[in-house]
Amino acid sequence: MIPGPFHYHRPTSVAEAVALLAAHGDDARPLAGGHSLIPMMKLRMAVPDHLVDLAAIPDLKGICEDGDRIVIGATTTQREVIGSDLLAARLPILAETARQIADPQIRTKGTFGGNVANGDPGNDMPALMQCLDAVYRLAGPDGSRTVPARDYYQGAYFTALEPGELLTAVEIPVPPAGHGYAYEKLKRKVGDYATAAAAVVLTLDGGTVATASIALTNVASTPLHAAAASALVIGTGLDAATLKAAADAAKAITDPATDGRGTAEYRREMAGVMVARALAKAMRRAKGA
Amino acid sequence: MNEMVITRAEREARLEGMGCKRKRVEDVRFTQGRGQYVDDIKLPGMLHGDFVRSQYAHAKITRIDASKALALPGVIAVLTAEELKPLGLHWMPTLAGDVQAVLADGKVCFQNQEIAFVIAEDRYIVDDALQLIEVEYEELPVLVDPFRALDPEAPVIRPDLDGKMVGAHGPRKHHNHIFEWTIGDRPGTDEAFAAAEVTVKEMISYHRTHPSPLETCQCLAAFDKVKGELTLYGTFQAPHVIRTVASLLSKIPEHKIHVIAPDIGGGFGNKVGAYSGYICSIVASIVTGLPVKWVEDRMENLSTTSFARDYHMTTEIAATRDGKVTGLRVHVLADHGAFDACADPSKWPAGFMNIVTGSYDFPVAHLAVDGVYTNKAPGGVAYRCSFRVTEAAYCIERGMDILAQKLGMDPADLRMKNFIRREQFPYQSALGWEYDSGDYHLAMQKAMDAIDYRALRAEQKARQEAFRRGETREIMGIGVTFFTEIVGAGPSKNCDILGVAMFDSAEIRIHPTGSIIARMGSKSQGQGHETTWAQIIATELGIPAADIMIEEGNTDTAPYGLGTYGSRSTPVAGAAIALAARKIRNKAQMIAAHLLEVSEYDLEWDIDGFRVKGNPERSKTMTEIAWAAYNSPPPGLEPGLEAVSYYDPPNMTYPFGAYFCVMDIDVDTGVAAIRRFYALDDCGTRINPMIIEGQVHGGLTEAFAIAMGQEIKYDAMGNVQGASFMDFFLPTAVETPKWETDHTVTPSPHHPIGAKGVGESPNVGGVPCFSNAVNDAFGFLGSTHIQMPHDAWRVWEAAKRLGAHG
Repeated sequence: MIPGPFHYHRPTSVAEAVALLAAHGDDARPLAGGHSLIPMMKLRMAVPDHLVDLAAIPDLKGICEDGDRIVIGATTTQREVIGSDLLAARLPILAETARQIADPQIRTKGTFGGNVANGDPGNDMPALMQCLDAVYRLAGPDGSRTVPARDYYQGAYFTALEPGELLTAVEIPVPPAGHGYAYEKLKRKVGDYATAAAAVVLTLDGGTVATASIALTNVASTPLHAAAASALVIGTGLDAATLKAAADAAKAITDPATDGRGTAEYRREMAGVMVARALAKAMRRAKGA
Repeated sequence: MNEMVITRAEREARLEGMGCKRKRVEDVRFTQGRGQYVDDIKLPGMLHGDFVRSQYAHAKITRIDASKALALPGVIAVLTAEELKPLGLHWMPTLAGDVQAVLADGKVCFQNQEIAFVIAEDRYIVDDALQLIEVEYEELPVLVDPFRALDPEAPVIRPDLDGKMVGAHGPRKHHNHIFEWTIGDRPGTDEAFAAAEVTVKEMISYHRTHPSPLETCQCLAAFDKVKGELTLYGTFQAPHVIRTVASLLSKIPEHKIHVIAPDIGGGFGNKVGAYSGYICSIVASIVTGLPVKWVEDRMENLSTTSFARDYHMTTEIAATRDGKVTGLRVHVLADHGAFDACADPSKWPAGFMNIVTGSYDFPVAHLAVDGVYTNKAPGGVAYRCSFRVTEAAYCIERGMDILAQKLGMDPADLRMKNFIRREQFPYQSALGWEYDSGDYHLAMQKAMDAIDYRALRAEQKARQEAFRRGETREIMGIGVTFFTEIVGAGPSKNCDILGVAMFDSAEIRIHPTGSIIARMGSKSQGQGHETTWAQIIATELGIPAADIMIEEGNTDTAPYGLGTYGSRSTPVAGAAIALAARKIRNKAQMIAAHLLEVSEYDLEWDIDGFRVKGNPERSKTMTEIAWAAYNSPPPGLEPGLEAVSYYDPPNMTYPFGAYFCVMDIDVDTGVAAIRRFYALDDCGTRINPMIIEGQVHGGLTEAFAIAMGQEIKYDAMGNVQGASFMDFFLPTAVETPKWETDHTVTPSPHHPIGAKGVGESPNVGGVPCFSNAVNDAFGFLGSTHIQMPHDAWRVWEAAKRLGAHG
């Protein structure tokens, strides 16, 4: 449980960080909160020769509003997400989700960017970013580019991030005021990854669903945007039959592994239960707003 | 000073003696980060060691090549079985009469078994070197399922026992068989079953789990080549026994071994045994002449040092149609892993499993236990319980519920009907124990009234109907448990550990100014001995607890004792403390008589000193007596005021309790929410009610964990699954239910202060209570028994199997 030897770098700008990452290629890893990388290093499942610590780069921090979008810097901690008045007003589902990540100690160190960038299927923010149709800003040796969250994840720990690239910020389109939302996560205990979890954001037109977006956490090797299930609830009042149909459509795209959280069958069923419960809660909130 | 008149109540309160909710004195240093644990100890020149471990559960080792590791700067040595062989230390005796490979001797029998020990200048280099050691294996067929262990074609796990058809506990009937232990009246029991109006039978499994103290097992061995002395710091629940074992194995004379157990961060049975890490550290220190430290990491702790349980209990109860039990028959298949390293200091290979008749008046019973080897980690420790008592309590408490269901009787009523009655104590059980005292009916009735049991049953019935009508997706379970513990190991006729009898000891010394230092053979791992032992002495000797220093764990200064586990400290060391104190008081009485110029028979004890009978104005406090004891003792009496007592208990003690759990289960997720948990404990005389409550909270939390998901699991290849706190369920404050505690007091008639021990009761009673609640919830859907652990996915599967998902 002790990491192998490595070189430690502490750049003060994105350009410097990117140069280091590009120079060392696969031998380098960026270090943000460290709550995914350092346990892997302690198990020697990750043995980077170079750690590029992002803590001293001011440009990577902070939450701001940019027109109809909210931009969250990569090294913003989960605790800062939870404490943000701006997010509480515009995107309350972020704090609701962040509160269900790990525990207060970890949320104080763990970063928003690390959570979305790493491609760990157990992380909660990736599915939420897919639900919200967020866009990731990546900086690399050849300049910057953006990748939608829905296109970013390729497999467990495999993402669109190229060697030498760094995720610098996430842009989230702000849903209309009065939207309904819910992040429903089934887990064994505080600190655990989801057995299954579902993120829902919807808007109403009168009593029926006008727009809806559903995404799933930890029931496949990547987060899943449940497009069919989302489409299916639009125009309905979320009656019991619709909830069941949406849950079934969501379950159909899952491919969970059997693990200590339960059998694949159980985890797939729980994805359905979480979808139905998140939809119902989002509906209640939208009506109450 | 003389003007100040203090009342008797004030004098009493000043002592903070027995019955006082005295705050834990050790917490002053623990809460300020000033505890001194093994890993806090750093000696000059100290080296570090750790193990290369097997990646396979069963394999021959064809080659070990340490040359690359040895070439790494900072690596001092690499030990394998070859290096230990000339010292005769490549195998070690276990506490259960078996032997265990210290380092794999040609083959490995469980995953993560110790293969080589690397010693280097710092902990980082050790881990770098571990990566460089090459081990080649030839895989062997793996045996994981204990039910297949005795198949004729089952893999041979222990070729070292080839041809040995008699083990430490009698004949072996198969190459993977360890022992068969039977007790009770077999023909009589068979007769009772043949004649029974009603019988039930169920295979009740208690899964493999682990004590998982927050501080893992660790030691620091420092051999002084000049003096020929070994100092061994370690996380030892039984430091004196470790010294004796270390002396027998190393041939270093016992007086030249100094074992020191400093502050310990939880034990729960995990730190009773002797582990390869201890042996290798000692050898490494002897070889290098430098101190060598070994500290387990979490995964090593969970996957190698001492699992608990893994008992599979086929349970049969015979009864009359109106619910009077007439016989109990239990067969246990006990999975001990690859070596029988069960930490069992009783004279029997299944500990006190014969407490399995529980709190009930069974006229006849029979118990048989077969122990088997499998390709899993060795152990079988008593995880916060007396030896196999939690297994026994789970077996009988589940069994009684299953019988109640078959009879259509309320499980509380069935228990009431079959309790041993107050007037039957001391009670001879069908399986050979003499229960010391109890009032089970009183305790059960108090508990039922406290939770309004009948109203809960009515609510449950209404909710079941609502569930059937489709109005709710929640079902309600009420867990009922009444357990009897057997603790305080123990009488030398019943108990020993490698031939060492299970007494314990106390040495009390009063200083001239009236303060005290006292040392015991027990060893706190968080139980609060520094607080409670002082309270016993305070009451016995009239010296305020605040003026009493308690010291444990240093074998050079403390009297020999067998340590702390199995709730034995209060029943055994606690008795020794009271008796040592009484020796002092007897001498003090002589001194007081001399000072007051009266006969000692004219004196009576009064809170904090002696007074003349009928003339209470004439008195001497213990503090005054202490000064006189050193400086003006009566002629002919030797100076000083101290005593030692070694206590071999005449009997075990039998704490008991009534526990109730109210649980709501979401059938769609399998998540169980604990609505209430009420625990009534009777541990006899209560020394410190606050510490008792803390012990009960801790034990219930562990019981909750075990029943609801805590498990050491293996796949079919013998790979240990989830040996980290991500998967191994250790509840946080968020998951932990709120506990309601209560008590009755039935003192032990044979214990000097009437105390019985309490630390483990909540684990013993809690596990069946949670499991009974889950089972009770599903009973109305036609279920008789659902195996533990009751984590959400398994509960959901049960719900599905029973048709609860529509």
